[in-house]
Amino acid sequence: MRDMMKMVIVLTVLASFSGGLLASIRNGTKERIEVAQLNFVKGPAIKEIMVGSSNDPVADRFKMAVGETETEKDFFIGKFDGKANTVALEAFGKGYGGDVGVMVAINVENDTIHGVSVTTHAETPGMGAKAKEDPSFVSQFKAKSIDSPIKVTNDGGTINIISGSTITSRAVANAATDAAKVYLENKDQILEKIKTF
Amino acid sequence: MAKTLAQEFVKGLWEEIPPFRLVLGLCPTLAVTKSVENGIGMGIATTFVLVCANTLVSLLRNIIPAKVRIACFIVIIATFVTVVELLMQAFAYPLFLALGIFIPLIVVNCIVLGRSEAFAFKRSVVPSIADGLGIGIGFTLALGSLGAVRELLGSGTVLGIDVTGASFEPFAFMLEAPGAFIGLGLMLCVMNFIGKK
Repeated sequence: MRDMMKMVIVLTVLASFSGGLLASIRNGTKERIEVAQLNFVKGPAIKEIMVGSSNDPVADRFKMAVGETETEKDFFIGKFDGKANTVALEAFGKGYGGDVGVMVAINVENDTIHGVSVTTHAETPGMGAKAKEDPSFVSQFKAKSIDSPIKVTNDGGTINIISGSTITSRAVANAATDAAKVYLENKDQILEKIKTF
Repeated sequence: MAKTLAQEFVKGLWEEIPPFRLVLGLCPTLAVTKSVENGIGMGIATTFVLVCANTLVSLLRNIIPAKVRIACFIVIIATFVTVVELLMQAFAYPLFLALGIFIPLIVVNCIVLGRSEAFAFKRSVVPSIADGLGIGIGFTLALGSLGAVRELLGSGTVLGIDVTGASFEPFAFMLEAPGAFIGLGLMLCVMNFIGKK
């Protein structure tokens, strides 16, 4: 019985200490991690799709809780022709090697896609990885209407797949559809926020 | 019988160098050694975890009941791995992107658990630190050298610097899984050849 108690106590104390330590380190590094993600992952993707905007879309951003789970999401704003009329958000699709992160910019004036760009992925080099490296794939998404789901040709849509990488191509299309869904569901609030920029 | 501190440290560098002599920890060895930088980054992360885990296990060796020691080791190791993961995200984000899933997988790296079980749980703090440091640096050297071989043959560069010139056509397969096995096989062959003399 004494042995038993000792085991329980030692493990409990150890686990609580670990928990406390991790929580404090997490809090301490949270801001730096966000900055790093903005600089190395989201930043380049946003700059790529918002090329030609008159502002810095990485700096002009706001956070908003979306969906049933109320997760906080970053929205990035692009100004074109003097108006803040483009908003970018990140969404994920299931790829061949895990989640494929896609930054999707949407033109709020006519609800079309302004551009998409892959942020994170673990797809096969030379195959699915082309989604990020080869601009001819993502450029197909430009000016597509978001009223209906975006699909690849195999599923009856209009996006030509990367040869040999149906799953990756589908993941990007699904992510774009998801981003559009989040945007449409929260459109009123997003439009409200954009006005302040 | 008892080795000196220096011997405890040095044994990890050659006599018991983990991937080549003990043939342990092959998962990260094969997976992340696409370049010297990745290999060394992974090695340093593992070294940090090894030294911290060895120190703490050795400090707590009289408190931890033998029956739950493995659970305690895992809690300690997992904590330090998460610390490394967070710090790497905050301060070396590109490296974190390159190593990806293999950072959390240090938890199940048998080298770390093996050193806790076989060494630190039975010895005092100072030799445990020396042991962790030696094995860790040995692991780093092994990953770095395998990374160098694969990077040189697979991309024609070392540490990102082009050393082979434009006429060299890189063997792209060296960067894929088969290249990892072939590279490791060749390294083992060389190690055994030298060791026999």
